[in-house]
Amino acid sequence: MAENTERIYTIELHDVTLGYGERVLMADANVGFGWGELTALIGRNGTGKSTLLRTIAALARPQSGVITIQGDNVSELSMREVASRISFVSTDDVRVQNLHVWDVVALGRAPYTNWVGRLREEDRAKVQEALALVGMSAFAEASMESLSDGERQRVMIARALAQDTPIILLDEPTAFLDLPNKYEVCLLLRRLAHEQGKCILFSTHDLSIALELCDTIAMIEGGEFHYGTAEMLIESGAMQRIFERTQIEFDREKGNVRLKR
Amino acid sequence: MNRNSTILFVLLSVATLLLFVVDLAVGSVAIPLADVWHGLRGGGGDATAPVELIVRNFRLPKAVMALLAGASLSTVGLQMQTLFRNPLAGPYVLGVSSGASLGVSIMLLGLPLMGVSVANPLVQSIGVAGAAWIGAAAIMVVVMAVTARIKNIMTVLILGMMFGSAASALVEVMQYLSPEGALKSYVVWTMGSLGGVTLSQLKIVVPIIAVGLLLSVLLIKPLNILLLGENYARTMGLNIKRTRFMVTLTTVMLAGTITAYCGPIGFIGLAVPHIARMLFREADHKVLVPATMLTGTTVMLLCDILSALPGNDLTLPINTVSALVGIPVVVIVIFRNRKTMM
Repeated sequence: MAENTERIYTIELHDVTLGYGERVLMADANVGFGWGELTALIGRNGTGKSTLLRTIAALARPQSGVITIQGDNVSELSMREVASRISFVSTDDVRVQNLHVWDVVALGRAPYTNWVGRLREEDRAKVQEALALVGMSAFAEASMESLSDGERQRVMIARALAQDTPIILLDEPTAFLDLPNKYEVCLLLRRLAHEQGKCILFSTHDLSIALELCDTIAMIEGGEFHYGTAEMLIESGAMQRIFERTQIEFDREKGNVRLKR
Repeated sequence: MNRNSTILFVLLSVATLLLFVVDLAVGSVAIPLADVWHGLRGGGGDATAPVELIVRNFRLPKAVMALLAGASLSTVGLQMQTLFRNPLAGPYVLGVSSGASLGVSIMLLGLPLMGVSVANPLVQSIGVAGAAWIGAAAIMVVVMAVTARIKNIMTVLILGMMFGSAASALVEVMQYLSPEGALKSYVVWTMGSLGGVTLSQLKIVVPIIAVGLLLSVLLIKPLNILLLGENYARTMGLNIKRTRFMVTLTTVMLAGTITAYCGPIGFIGLAVPHIARMLFREADHKVLVPATMLTGTTVMLLCDILSALPGNDLTLPINTVSALVGIPVVVIVIFRNRKTMM
């Protein structure tokens, strides 16, 4: 692709195969994710979306192949070095009694603070900035328990921003949110990718939002990895294959799903 | 740190100091505060005066042990609650105290059964501590291994209780087989007493506890990171294995040593961190660790004073008093935390 030759890659997969024991989830994936791009990772339950994200974040190892971030093999970097390049928003629910929003976001500075975690001026500035970017400055003193699901998700994104990494991975950040909140969170991620120049990759089941708002789509289907713009995946027929053996199908014109007639 | 926390720290320090002095004064013989002071200074001229003997050789080691036990067990409880993400974790509940007891019973009952006898009291005392450490460490390793595979916190708690029961059952088998002499020294140990520690033993206990408490200060940042869970912790660059090892080490040094010299003391490790959380309304371990230590010393001294309240020669076992004080707190925690577990 001529238009892509000048892209500077952040995360690259080289012949990456994921799986557990005998079971292969995704075979021989090759791809490079670029700066300032928002990418949605789609695929049905159990296809290995979480596993791929966890493997990129060095929480798991690929069965074979190499994942590089900014040119370095992830499995050869220390967790501390990975932490300065990749921040991760997991599906874990953080509801700890008396834990304040500010404290959570400030923990994002952990890779840079001293042994007791003392915040310096620049750390405080980063925390303020992160809270402002997600629109949660007014909630700094609030307790995590008192927030709604959407607000809590914003705080976790702010924590990732405070970690100040070029790459942010998010595992199903829109799950459990109502439709307006799903859009709000995706628009926030898009703004962060475009305005802050971050490489953001998130897994999701919200197909129409992904098609509408993301720059590129990564897709795991039937053990194969597909990557491209929404149009490319629709043209190649890859998108339609998600709905094989179901009662719904993908409508190419509307970019949406409908019942099979 | 905000103003409220500063005020609370001052209040708890004053309370610890006052209770420490009261603890020196109460017991089977009530000693007026003025005499306590003279006894401590030893300036009364008569070194064999009974008051001075009691204060220096019995009351002082006992009160110091109350300070150490309170701070140690509470700190261990806080660390376990954060590490296992379980508000009901504690050295007693997860079986660490039982593991230590099992170690001690093998030392006091098992060895005599096998025909090995330890005559030297100092060797025996160090042997008891070593046995408690090994027992506590063994249970910690098992609990860690289980939590690595099973995430359900209730399952882990139940398993902890099972380990505790299994350890108790093994102890009972040994008790059944043991001759009277060995049995007596073990039963005295299980009664749990802060007063059984001599001045010379205190010289071993104080440095060990001091090192353990210092290590727990080094754990402040890792524990804060672990509040978000292991996934987040690892992606923030935390070395989970090293943190687990450090928590095990401090647990063994603190809970193991206290259990070795005072017998099992329940519910302090579980309840005190929650009292500290309710008082300080903080989740940050920079505040919670010192807060828990000070709350622990206050509560433990209070328990020791309460145990001497019946007067005369009667003293309640410290384990009984700590259960009476701790259990209401645990019940409150269970009712409050039905939704947010921690």
